[in-house]
Amino acid sequence: MTEVLESIVRKHRENEGNIISLMQDTQDEFGYVPREAVDYLSGELGIAPSRFYGVLTFYSQFHLKPRGEKIISVCCGTACHVKGGSKIAERVQRELHLTGEGETTEDRKFTFEVVRCVGACSIAPVVLVNDKAYAAMTPDGTSRLLKQLQKEGSVAGRK
Amino acid sequence: MQEESEVNKKKVIVRVCIGTGGLAAGGKEVIAAFKKAITDFCVDLDLDFTCHYQKVGCRGFCARDVLVDVVDGDKSITYQGIKPDNAKRIVQEHLIEGKPVAEWLIDDSYYAFHDKQHKILLKDCGTIDPEDIKAYVNVGGYEGIKKVLSGMTREEVIGEIKASGIRGRGGAGFPTGVKWEACLKAPGNPKYIVCNADEGDPGAFMDRSIIEGNPHAVIEGMMIAAYTIGSNLGYVYIRAEYPAAVERLKLAMSQAREAGYLGRNLFGSDFGFDLRVKLGAGAFVCGEETALIASIEGQRGMPRAKPPFPVHRGLWGKPTVINNVETLANVPNIIRNGSAWYSAIGTDKSKGTKVFALTGKVKNTGLIEVPMGIRLGEIIYDIGGGIIDNKQFKAVQTGGPSGGCIPASLLDTPVDFESLAKVGSIVGSGGMVVLDETDCMVNISKFFLEFTQAESCGKCVPCRIGTKRLLEILTRITKGEGREGDIDLLEKLSADVKVTSLCGLGQTAPNPILSTIKYFRDEYEAHIIDKKCPAKVCRDLLTYSIIAEKCKGCAACLRVCPAGAITGEKKKPHVIDQDICIKCGACFDTCKFKSIERE
Repeated sequence: MTEVLESIVRKHRENEGNIISLMQDTQDEFGYVPREAVDYLSGELGIAPSRFYGVLTFYSQFHLKPRGEKIISVCCGTACHVKGGSKIAERVQRELHLTGEGETTEDRKFTFEVVRCVGACSIAPVVLVNDKAYAAMTPDGTSRLLKQLQKEGSVAGRK
Repeated sequence: MQEESEVNKKKVIVRVCIGTGGLAAGGKEVIAAFKKAITDFCVDLDLDFTCHYQKVGCRGFCARDVLVDVVDGDKSITYQGIKPDNAKRIVQEHLIEGKPVAEWLIDDSYYAFHDKQHKILLKDCGTIDPEDIKAYVNVGGYEGIKKVLSGMTREEVIGEIKASGIRGRGGAGFPTGVKWEACLKAPGNPKYIVCNADEGDPGAFMDRSIIEGNPHAVIEGMMIAAYTIGSNLGYVYIRAEYPAAVERLKLAMSQAREAGYLGRNLFGSDFGFDLRVKLGAGAFVCGEETALIASIEGQRGMPRAKPPFPVHRGLWGKPTVINNVETLANVPNIIRNGSAWYSAIGTDKSKGTKVFALTGKVKNTGLIEVPMGIRLGEIIYDIGGGIIDNKQFKAVQTGGPSGGCIPASLLDTPVDFESLAKVGSIVGSGGMVVLDETDCMVNISKFFLEFTQAESCGKCVPCRIGTKRLLEILTRITKGEGREGDIDLLEKLSADVKVTSLCGLGQTAPNPILSTIKYFRDEYEAHIIDKKCPAKVCRDLLTYSIIAEKCKGCAACLRVCPAGAITGEKKKPHVIDQDICIKCGACFDTCKFKSIERE
C-alpha cells in the first residue's frame, strides 16, 4: 500500500493536486478509501485527518468501506423514477439479499447502489453495471441480468 | 495494384451513433457487426466500394437507437432501431444490391421529431466524429477564435455577445456579455474561465451530450471567453458520473494541444491559453458557482454568500467567469455568424435556441434543440409525438429540482425565461420530464424534496432543516397520515425557505411543491382528506385484492408474491391476506387476467 500511496503523493505534488484529487486517486487504486491510506497521507502531507474525512463524507463519490467487484447502480433520477426505477431497485435488493443501498454482498461480488441521474434519461429506466448502461430495464429483465452476471462472473452485453 | 484499385473505388460511409443512448443500445457492437459483415462478403466477392466507419455523438432521437446512416455519395439513408444482427442484411441488400432495407428505414415520426427543431449546437453533434479534431475544423471549427484573434478587441467581442442577447444556459439566464464585461473590468490577475459541466439535475443530459458529441465547440467557446476577459487558464468542472464525456474532452484537449490550438501564441497572436479538467465528486450543490469554486480548490463544496460575485472574487480569490457548457458552445457560432444572426432567433428577451432533454412518458424521448418561444404543447405533441400508450397528459416538469410542474391547461405557454417563470417553473438547465395520468403529483414533489434534502450541503439552517421538514410533511401525506392544514403549512414553510436560504439550491427547492399545490391541489386533498392516491402510486394508500370472478387460479401471483400473502387452491380463486400484503404490486403486474384490483 505504501508504494502506491507514495506514487500518488508524487503525482499530487507535481500536478498541484488537492485533497479531492488525492482521494480520487486513492479510491481508483483501492476501490475505496482505506483508513490506513488517510493516516499515511495525513502524516506525509501534514494535513489533519479531519480535513480528509470532511471531504470524504461531503462527496457521495467516496466510499469508506470496501465495495463489490461489480457495482449495480439503479438510476432513480426523475425520468427513471417515473418509469419505475424504484421497482427495479427493490428487485436488485431482493435478488442480492441486501437490506439497503450502498451494501455489498458477503462474497464481495456485488454492491447495490441507487444513483440520482446518470444522464441517460431518454433510455430510462437505466441500470448501470460498473460503467456500462443497460437501457429500458424491467424488474424481470434486471433479475435475468443479475443471474447472467452471477453465472458468468464477468460483465457481458445484454441481448 | 490492389491499393490503386481501392483508391478508385467509391467511398461509402456507415455512420453510427455512439452517444449515451446509442452506446447503451449497442452502437459499438453495431459498428463491429458492419465491419465483420463487410469482411465476410469480401472473401467471396470483389466489392466495388470501400466502407468507412464514422462514430458520431448524440443525434437526439434516442428512442430509436441505434441510428445508422449509410452515406453513398450525396445520398444518405437513415436506419432506426438497428441491432448487430441487422448489419449483414443491410450490407447485402443496400450496399451490394443497391436496395435499402425498407422495413428498418426511419419513419414519419423521425421527420416529425425534427420538423420544429432548430439545430445550432446539435447540428454538428451527430454528424461529425467527436474524436477527430479535423472533423470539427472541416465544419468551420476554430474559425471563431481565429476571427477574434485577427483583429477584434475585447470590447468588440463583448459588444457582439451582448448584442446577440444570449443568456446563461445553466438555469439563471444571466446575460453572458454583461458577465464577461464585469470580469474584464474587475481588477486582479490572473483571471480564470470555468466551464460548469456539473450537470447534476436529474432528468437532464444536454451538457453531457454536447461534450460527448462536439467537445471542441466547448473548448473554442472557452478560448474566446478567455481572450475577452484576459485569462490564460481555464478549468472544466465536470461530473465524474460522465466517464465518456470526460474521456472525449481529454482527447479533444490533447488533439487541440497537438494542433497548436491550445498553448502559447495561438494563431500567430500573443494570446496563450490552456485548459485543465477537474472532476466533480458527486455533490449536486457544486453546480452552484461559489460551491463549484470551493470544490475546484479541493474543499467541501459549500456555497458562500454573494456578493462578492465570482467575476470579482472567484477561483483562488481572483476574477472568474463561470459559464455553462451550452452557453460556451454557442459562443463560436455567434462570433462566426454575427450577433444579428443569433438575435433573430427566439423571443424579445430570450434569444437563440435551447437544448432540452425530453424524457418521461413521451413517445419520442431524446435530445432536442428548439428556438426560444416555441410552445410547450408543440414540444410534447409535435416533437415528442404525444404520450406513450395514448394515455392522458398530466404535466410537464421543467427545470429539475429547482423547477415546477406545468399542467395541461398551460400547454400554450411559450418556452422562454420569463414565460416559464410566470407559471411557476423555470427553463433551468433544460430537463423536461413529461408526466401522464399514472403519475402522482404529491409523489413527484416528494421525489424532488428527497433529492434536494439529501443534496443540501447543510451550511445554512433554512435549507438544511427546512427541506427536511418539508420532506417529512410530504412523506406523511403520501403515507395517509396527512393532517388538516398540511397544505397551508407546506406553502408557508416553502415561502420561508425560498427567501432565507443562502444559495440557489435552497431558494428554489420548494418550487416543485408550490407548483404542484398550485395546479394539483385536489390531489393533495385526496391524499390528506380521503386517504386516497388518485394516480394509484402511493403505496400506503393502496389495497390489492383479487376479483374472485376473474381469477383463474393459475397461481402466478402466488409465486411472485415476495411476502407470501397470497393463498388459494389451484384453479380456484386466490385470496390476498391484507395483514401480510406489503403492497409491492408484483401480483398486479403479473396477473394476465386483470383479476387483481388496485384501489
